[in-house]
Amino acid sequence: MIKKPSLITYITAGDPNISATLEFLDILAKFSEVIELGIPFSDPMADGKTIEKSHYRALKAGTKVGDVFRVVEEFKDLHRTPIVLMTYYNLVFARGLENFVENAKACGVDAMLIVDLPIEEANEYLNACEKFEMKTVFLASPNTPNDRLKAIDEASSGFVYLVSLYGTTGARDKLSNLAFDLIKRAKDVCTKPLAVGFGVSKAEHIRALIEAGADGVVVGSAIVKLIEEFGENAGEKIEEKCRELRKGLNV
Amino acid sequence: MKFGEFGGMFVAETLVTPLKELEKAYNELKNDERFKAELDYYLKNYAGRPTPLYYAKNLTEKLGGAKIYLKREDLLHSGAHKINNTIGQALLAKYMGKTRLIAETGAGQHGVATAIAGALMGLKVDVYMGAEDVERQKMNVFRMKILGANVIPVESGTRTLKDAINEALRDWVATFEYTHYLIGSVVGPHPYPTIVREFQSVIGKETKRQILEVEGCLPDIIVACVGGGSNAMGIFYPFIEDKNVRLIGVEAGGKGIKTGKHSASLCAGKKGVLHGMLSYFLQDEDGQILDTHSIAPGLDYPGVGPEHAWLKEIGRAEYITVTDEEALKAFLELSKTEGILPALESAHALAYAMKIAKDMSRDEIIVVNLSGRGDKDLDIVMREVGF
Repeated sequence: MIKKPSLITYITAGDPNISATLEFLDILAKFSEVIELGIPFSDPMADGKTIEKSHYRALKAGTKVGDVFRVVEEFKDLHRTPIVLMTYYNLVFARGLENFVENAKACGVDAMLIVDLPIEEANEYLNACEKFEMKTVFLASPNTPNDRLKAIDEASSGFVYLVSLYGTTGARDKLSNLAFDLIKRAKDVCTKPLAVGFGVSKAEHIRALIEAGADGVVVGSAIVKLIEEFGENAGEKIEEKCRELRKGLNV
Repeated sequence: MKFGEFGGMFVAETLVTPLKELEKAYNELKNDERFKAELDYYLKNYAGRPTPLYYAKNLTEKLGGAKIYLKREDLLHSGAHKINNTIGQALLAKYMGKTRLIAETGAGQHGVATAIAGALMGLKVDVYMGAEDVERQKMNVFRMKILGANVIPVESGTRTLKDAINEALRDWVATFEYTHYLIGSVVGPHPYPTIVREFQSVIGKETKRQILEVEGCLPDIIVACVGGGSNAMGIFYPFIEDKNVRLIGVEAGGKGIKTGKHSASLCAGKKGVLHGMLSYFLQDEDGQILDTHSIAPGLDYPGVGPEHAWLKEIGRAEYITVTDEEALKAFLELSKTEGILPALESAHALAYAMKIAKDMSRDEIIVVNLSGRGDKDLDIVMREVGF
């Protein structure tokens, strides 16, 4: 679902409110091959400070899972940019696994990434995704051994999301060497496109990762940080940031 | 690996490998003679095991029903059962070559027990504690500092225990190469619920031996309080096959289930997935985790160990609730009649035992797990009784 070179941008739905999300998605669509949209959760354990706080802002604004589905639907009326819904498992579980996937598909969601659902626990989920033709994205990490990497590749019908470091999401100054080692291994083992994320915030990061073999690069915290700072008025800043990030795609 | 459908390993990919390494190390060490001998040595000579099983004669006579025995975990070093697990896991961490422990703590009891184990084993300790709890539990924060641990206040979310767990998980995902995450209850991703239950089941094993010695038979009922559920799992587990022994877990009913201000995940929650496990959680219809309340800080958690969820599902254990008020009454009653100050957590179990003992016959036996001592709760009790 991604072609080299792709920019994948992330924001949390409902941050700072759901109508701003629609506006931000419009902007991101101009500059991104794929958009990842996070559903706010009360306990975003895998996220660093920046994205964690965006979850709380969205919840404080009263964002419900149903609102997230609706905003995707509205967005999809105007755009064809693929949407990857990024979520923690409890929100899916609470709605009923099949029900959630079916609802998401009906709204135009193209793929799902459940952060805290490793492949061992994903059988039922994979069946539901196959049934409703929802694409799947799974995480792989620098400490994922090759046999697991292979299984993750098989389970991921959209793309494989390579975590660039040991830690949570969040902008870092420098890329970790772990990222490059992982890309190298994944190029050998995986058959699906590879996107790299966590800690990526600059055009030069994107360039280095694409040159190293990544098909796509995910930028989240660097954009969410702008929403933290400028709230509803972050649109222009996001556009500026996206223009800068895209320079990294010209390899 | 699972307890029926409950438990599991619901974590982000980076934690899967460290968890599998932990499982492997634990499975090897639990049968290692040197490890077992060292653990036994510390439990006996450092922590103060075995703890007595005390016949609460005064209380029994006052109630005029079943015989009430108290398993005196409150007499352990640190004042609660938590140390059975922290010594076990700290030793495990040391054998695995880890140099640092991290832990989450609510009221600070598990943080203190981890700080103690870290000091004992020569491991660096960082404890995550909700900022709200740091303010409420100044004495325990100070205690941890004296013991050489570093306390990190967590400002996010509800600023309580669940957020401290989130933050500890965030730390661990970046530092697992040299850090062991010492989870304090029978919660979290596999293999934690099993490891913690194994280290705590020393409580039940001793109880069984002791009650057979004095009474020549097994108890009719065992009662224990359930927050995450480690002291309950510890005393229940060795009795699971003894089908005639009723196992009763007491959850925090807070100000009453109807008020929404409680921590009764099994009695009032729904199935869900958080902190790496499928279990019961207090949550809204979207699956957002709810804020909890209990007079007993150690019961103030929106989830419960997956093995309890399983025991409830198969009907092997029963779970009920006791309110703040009932627990407080039991706290005062035991203090006066027996001269024992129970922890407010343990007072929940005691309150239920007192409630049912009256209607039972004099030759029936109830064992209450007195999981901790109440000195730590005097501030709260003073406020409640208006001293």
